[in-house]
Amino acid sequence: MTGQPPEDGPVQDGRAGVPLLEVRGLTVHHGQLRALDDVSLRVFPGDVYAIIGANGAGKSTLLRSIAGLHQPTSGSVLLDGVDVTGQRPERRLTAGIAMVPEGRRLFESLTVEENLLVGSSYARRGPWTLERVYEIFEWMRERRTQRAAQLSGGEQQAVAIGRALVANPRVLLLDELSLGLAPVVVRRIYSTLPELLAGGVTVLLVEQDVSQALHVASRIHCLLEGSTTLEGPPAGLSPESIESAYFGLTGPNGHASGQEGVPA
Amino acid sequence: MIWVNTVIQGVLLGGLYALFACGLSLMFGVMKVINLAHGDLAVVAGYVAVGVIAVTHIPAVWSFVLVVPIFAVFGYVLQRTLIQAALDRGVLTTLLVTFGLSVVIENALLQFFSANSHSLAIGSLVSDSFNLGSQISIAYLSLAIFVVAVAVLLGLQYFLSLSKHGRLIRAVADDREAAQLSGVDYRHVFGIAAAIAFATVALAGLAFGMVSSFDPTIGTDQLLLFAFEAVVIGGLGSLWGTLAGGVILGVVQQIGAQINPADQILAGQLIFLAVLVIRPQGLTGQRSSS
Repeated sequence: MTGQPPEDGPVQDGRAGVPLLEVRGLTVHHGQLRALDDVSLRVFPGDVYAIIGANGAGKSTLLRSIAGLHQPTSGSVLLDGVDVTGQRPERRLTAGIAMVPEGRRLFESLTVEENLLVGSSYARRGPWTLERVYEIFEWMRERRTQRAAQLSGGEQQAVAIGRALVANPRVLLLDELSLGLAPVVVRRIYSTLPELLAGGVTVLLVEQDVSQALHVASRIHCLLEGSTTLEGPPAGLSPESIESAYFGLTGPNGHASGQEGVPA
Repeated sequence: MIWVNTVIQGVLLGGLYALFACGLSLMFGVMKVINLAHGDLAVVAGYVAVGVIAVTHIPAVWSFVLVVPIFAVFGYVLQRTLIQAALDRGVLTTLLVTFGLSVVIENALLQFFSANSHSLAIGSLVSDSFNLGSQISIAYLSLAIFVVAVAVLLGLQYFLSLSKHGRLIRAVADDREAAQLSGVDYRHVFGIAAAIAFATVALAGLAFGMVSSFDPTIGTDQLLLFAFEAVVIGGLGSLWGTLAGGVILGVVQQIGAQINPADQILAGQLIFLAVLVIRPQGLTGQRSSS
């Protein structure tokens, strides 16, 4: 069973081969509101694929749809060529899609270690274990018996990442890691990305902080009011084109739109 | 000395109330379902035991060996079908559905078993007792039920805190969506929690059927109410709170009955209202902002 490809065929990103994760013509509604409009993307193994965009651009909706928390109106999500669009989130996890949700969403009455154990309950086989997570975040080992609610925001974010990692995902979805955290904490958390990639994880992240996204990403994808406005490796994109794609201002190609795209 | 006896009887009765209450508390804590059919289910357990005993001729005391597993399966199935369907439509719907279930159960029991009261005949065990001093008399049955109640709560506490499934139940209770993202099928976990809740309510129903007679209406008239009162007095989300709540309710009821036998239930009601006014989160509950 495969989803019908959009009329205009696969995404024209000029990359050959089978993508690890592919989104084809995804349209998602929240009630009457169209949160995503015909969005397509392809993530290849080893990518750090960043989705940027202003508040309400549909970034989180895109990530949640990939994880299975929203059912799309049309379009499909494929993992390694297999259509997972109809699968529940728990099935997608065992297939290899794990997500660190926005706002961390730890199990607050559980301890740090219990959070990780829940994350590994239905884990795929792979290199990530609790021990490996403790090696990356060393403070976690001493504090593993503390309740998650007692941790600081940055520590909670690290546990949330660990909880997703121990499931040994093929694709790790990171939703707004920087939300509500001090810049220095955000930098520290992003500095662990290379170690994750070395473990063979491919990363798809959503980030409001564009400079942070440009810093870590191998490819960026800009959304504006639910539609793709820009896609490509950051090196090939000028700051001006990113700015216009982000804000929907009159760009070099002359398209004017969006008074609502201004971030708060 | 008479008051010491009153308190002891109250504590023992409180164990039974806690046993009634823990399933109600568990279902609310995990699924946010307030099961208004909880008391009726206890009564159904009594009638199922009557049927099981009639068919298999096992002694009434041992009826739990069959009834409790039957109820665990029943709980899982009911959760995965009716209650989950109600949950998918919103938490308020579960109130309506379990209320409807309560009405259906009560009337079905009236239809099949009439309004006559039944009890589980356990022979002389119902009245055997031993004396402590001249005025304190403790029935073996009451003591056994109290011990069973404490053992069940203890076991449940250990299960929830130390086992893998207990951990998953707590995780789902904390954040259902995050649990899904960790690969947990929360519907299955809800089913397990319901199976446990139904097993405990069956045990409570059987214990009640041994100490007292039951009829189809007693589930909502008394049992559900006592379970609610024990949960509210003790505070939601804590099994020890539930035990404390049950014991307080039992003791206050016995003191009320000692003053005037007609005041037993009223006294329980009063302490329940007093707790609601003075400490609405219950003895062990945290004051929540939501």
